[in-house]
Amino acid sequence: MLLEVKNLKKQYGAVAAVKNVSFQVERGESVGLLGPNGAGKTTTVSMIVGLVTADEGQVLLDGQPITSDTDMRKALIGFVPQDLALYDEMSAQANLELFGALYGLQGTALKDAVQRVLTLVQLADRRGHKVGTFSGGMKRRLNIAAALLHNPKLLLLDEPTVGVDPQSRNAIFDNLEQLRASGVALLYTTHYMEEAERLCDRIVIVDQGTVVANDSLRGLYQRHGASNRLAIELAAAAPGDWLTALRAVNGVMRAELRGQTLNVEVRALADDVPEVLTCVKQHGLTVTHLASERPDLEHVFLSLTGRSLRDP
Amino acid sequence: MSPVLLSLVRKDLRLFFSDRRSVILSFVVPIALASFMGAITGGKGSDKVNRVSVLTVDQDQTELSAKVMKNLAGDPGLEAAVSELAPARSLVRNGKVPVAIVIPKGFAESSARAFFGSGERPVVTLFTDPSHATEASMVRGILTQHVMQAVSTAAFNGHQGAETIDSLLADVEDAGAVGDPALRDMLSGISRWQHQQATQPKPAPNEETEKGGLQIPFETRVEALAAEQGESYDGYAHSFGGMGIQFVLFASIDCAVALLTERQRGLWRRLRAAPLSRSMLLLSRAISGAIIGALILLALFGFGAVVFHIQVSGSLLGLLMVCTAFALMASTFGLLVASLGKTPQAARGLSVFAVLVMVMLGGAWFPAFLFPTSVQKLTLFAPTRWAMDGIDAMTWRGLGLEAAVLPTLALLGFSVLLGTLAVSRFRWEAD
Repeated sequence: MLLEVKNLKKQYGAVAAVKNVSFQVERGESVGLLGPNGAGKTTTVSMIVGLVTADEGQVLLDGQPITSDTDMRKALIGFVPQDLALYDEMSAQANLELFGALYGLQGTALKDAVQRVLTLVQLADRRGHKVGTFSGGMKRRLNIAAALLHNPKLLLLDEPTVGVDPQSRNAIFDNLEQLRASGVALLYTTHYMEEAERLCDRIVIVDQGTVVANDSLRGLYQRHGASNRLAIELAAAAPGDWLTALRAVNGVMRAELRGQTLNVEVRALADDVPEVLTCVKQHGLTVTHLASERPDLEHVFLSLTGRSLRDP
Repeated sequence: MSPVLLSLVRKDLRLFFSDRRSVILSFVVPIALASFMGAITGGKGSDKVNRVSVLTVDQDQTELSAKVMKNLAGDPGLEAAVSELAPARSLVRNGKVPVAIVIPKGFAESSARAFFGSGERPVVTLFTDPSHATEASMVRGILTQHVMQAVSTAAFNGHQGAETIDSLLADVEDAGAVGDPALRDMLSGISRWQHQQATQPKPAPNEETEKGGLQIPFETRVEALAAEQGESYDGYAHSFGGMGIQFVLFASIDCAVALLTERQRGLWRRLRAAPLSRSMLLLSRAISGAIIGALILLALFGFGAVVFHIQVSGSLLGLLMVCTAFALMASTFGLLVASLGKTPQAARGLSVFAVLVMVMLGGAWFPAFLFPTSVQKLTLFAPTRWAMDGIDAMTWRGLGLEAAVLPTLALLGFSVLLGTLAVSRFRWEAD
């Protein structure tokens, strides 16, 4: 086990930022730490990298706890903070040389590492430019590159795409997928479900300082009632008790009519859609358009907490 | 130095020099201010005595008081002008003139009797501007000299003196058996000499005959406080030292603000996530701050030496010791500011004020010996005072290496104190 987080707790005055958080990350695994703002994700991450001391609980890296600030086991982690932790006044290369030196890299090894990560994030041609002149997306990529210099086994990313345009986000995801393919484990903190869905093998959902779910995507969808959704547009809104009959159809989890749009959630798309359409037709209704949506983590979160993931 | 420490220090230096505003503030502004302050506080100094402006008020209007007034007007150390009581008081109160002398009515009669130990002494009032304590002391000394000379001349030669002796003799005779026979004999002798002088033809008055009477047994001499022969006070040396100290402290505030900004920008999180000790992080700051401070002082004295011919009349090693110790102290002061300040803005506001107070108390603007005694004692608790004393001692005072040891030790002591406080108060977990 590369990372083991056991019963972490952290209190700030009267506020319990983290009440009880436990999860694990295997070597090469990609784990998403998903939760709304204020759920305790950043505090959890801070405790993992040793920035904040836990009131209770334990963090084990490679089976051992980190015993001091200078514990070299900290080098197993590459930390990408939420803020752009870069010196704007210095060039990209100078920034990377500094951060590499903090992990004991020097000489040729340092130069090679700088070249490697600059190439990975496609900033090699801007190495001599001051970071202050970079776009937000370039800074985000360099922010990640700075955490990769010492070849960490686990890359810990704390909301690494905040404020990034879609194109840059894609570029960052390409980089992360490359890393995942090369065997680097990822612990990805986010409140964007689509990011977690794209990148993570397993999702740990945190809410109000507590882990409310910890499973693979498939497992979460199955266990927490995530469904396929159908949006059926009708020619006219017909009265009658057909909606009750539709809700009784095997595989239909939920059905409601809004204007002329019938929203239906079914368990299995291929098996249940014909049944739904038959029922609609039997009640004399005409379908003008049909659309389906995949299940997503938003629904899982809603199902788990009763709140939207993007609630303030 | 370990490679990690070296990288951190190099990073800090690179950041400092990349900020043009900070570099201008730290190097160019102190040079400009030091040049200006040096010029207005006497420049290189010279043999020419700065004359003190003084107003004289004669309420006695006697021959003796006129003589004192004349002597004061002719003194090379004074620029005396005759005035009346009210305007003299007003001019001193408004800071237009540093000192005014008021000779009271009855001065001639009382002073002559007091000269021989009889009767009340007349009170000569000095109106002084509190910010010119040195000038007041100087005027008081000159006044004593001229009064003694005029009174003694009158007592032995003048009409007033004869009357005084006769009156005193009568007093002694009246005392009868209880009178002092020795005093009576002395007064009788003086009286006989006065009558003999009065009946003899008088030579043409000249400087020697004008003096006569009792002479003051000492002379007042103004001496420049330099240890080496021929050296005098160098306003530029003091000014460059003072401005250097001030701007090194300002640079230390910049370092503190940079540290708080690092924390605010999340850089502190990345640095602390690396396998580094907390002491390494703070030590790198202290070292880079000290290097910047030492460079500022070096640049200032280099400029002063080339342009204004400032000389290290004492020990160069001593000067380097004091400057290095001060730069370290300033750096730890910056760390303390960073540990106490919650935001960069708050830290800057409070620490600028603290620096200005320290600089003023330290005598960086004006020499500490110009302060009142009570304030001078208070300044011993200001590290800037020790730095200024050390720099003055090694430059224009021309003292040896031994004079740099105590200021250096004091500054190192302050460094340890401030550094310890900074480490103990540093909020490591704050974002």
